[in-house]
Amino acid sequence: MSIPIRLTVNGREAAVTVEPRTLLVEVLRTHLHLTGTHVGCDTSQCGACVVLMDGRSVKACTVLAVQADGGAITTIEGLADGDTLHPMQQAFHDHHALQCGFCTPGMVLSAVDLVSRHPDPSDDQIRADLDGNLCRCTGYQPIVRAVRAGAQAMRARPAAEAGARGRHV
Amino acid sequence: MYEFAYHRPATVAEAVALIADEDVLPLAGGQTLIPTLKQRLAMPAALVDLGGLAELRGLRRDGDALVIGAATTHAEIAASDLVRQTVPALAALAQRIGDPQVRNRGTLGGSIANADPAADYPAAVVGLGASVHTDRRTIDGDAVFIDLFTTALEPGELITAVSVPVPRAAAYEKAAQPASGYAVVGVLVARTAAGVRVGVTGAGPCAFRATALERALDAAFTPEAARAVTIPADGLNDDLHASAAYRAALIPVLAARAVAACG
Repeated sequence: MSIPIRLTVNGREAAVTVEPRTLLVEVLRTHLHLTGTHVGCDTSQCGACVVLMDGRSVKACTVLAVQADGGAITTIEGLADGDTLHPMQQAFHDHHALQCGFCTPGMVLSAVDLVSRHPDPSDDQIRADLDGNLCRCTGYQPIVRAVRAGAQAMRARPAAEAGARGRHV
Repeated sequence: MYEFAYHRPATVAEAVALIADEDVLPLAGGQTLIPTLKQRLAMPAALVDLGGLAELRGLRRDGDALVIGAATTHAEIAASDLVRQTVPALAALAQRIGDPQVRNRGTLGGSIANADPAADYPAAVVGLGASVHTDRRTIDGDAVFIDLFTTALEPGELITAVSVPVPRAAAYEKAAQPASGYAVVGVLVARTAAGVRVGVTGAGPCAFRATALERALDAAFTPEAARAVTIPADGLNDDLHASAAYRAALIPVLAARAVAACG
């Protein structure tokens, strides 16, 4: 059984044909060559595959591509504006919130979802909301600092910039 | 995953007709079903995606009850002003399920139908005396959970909504497994017009009412009264997370904390 689906990925229309068992993360990586979304555990534990679906973070290894039909997906490739990093990406860079970088795309997108709901999150909220993202390098402290700084930078952005290119972020 | 066919019906009637086939499974948020399919622990001929059914979504107040569509996500319940105002214990319970990504996809109806012994919602269904509405009838909250991963739902029966009578006060306390967040034991205590109700999840093969605690708390609604109750360990879950005796000991402790949280 093959099913045609349409997604809006990082603001661009994408039409692909998938089997019902094809995962959203497979469409992103294999069909659309957006390999910034990582597959870590493939069991919805680690959060390396987190993307935004209609503005909310999901684990793309635990969503069927057919379930996402008609939806808007934001991956890590969709955050930067040309050579200008998204404020959350910049904050991860500034605060050394990564070492190997494998978990980073998922961490950043979970953080962006958090800030969309809680523009000024407390450290406790940050820690609680990163519950679904595992990092084996940093010990999390710099990640929490980065999310706090990223949230502050996102608050300081002009609204027009945040809404540019039809992004949810 | 084995191959399967996929249907995305537009109405509940259409969905019910499709899941009448015993080889077909309904797909709600998929946060348990998709990992189960990956492990090849289930091999349905087809999935019926409930994601397109607007009839199954939404929250509303109906007299003395809160009515929640079966496909409402944990995140929606946790963030709902209506739930926070009427049954804040339920919003707090939803906020502690899994992680944010699971809460953004997982649904109330899916969790109830799956009847995981360590899931959180069953404590609320039993403890709040909720009613589970299906495509064909209403099931009393006390009668929903039968055994391990087993509910009173008939083959092909679909949960459409859950009615939660608004309690005078309620609180949910759980000892969470640190990695998964699942309840090693979870206890929901509710003060209702008909007396105190205590729903317990995680401890047994399925959620149940702790009647000994209810009697004690009807006599004196204090943490001390809850702590004084002894729950027998017979028949409780015994696994790598906790022994049956430990779970039995946790029930009154968590009930006491819930009583204190009821204020």
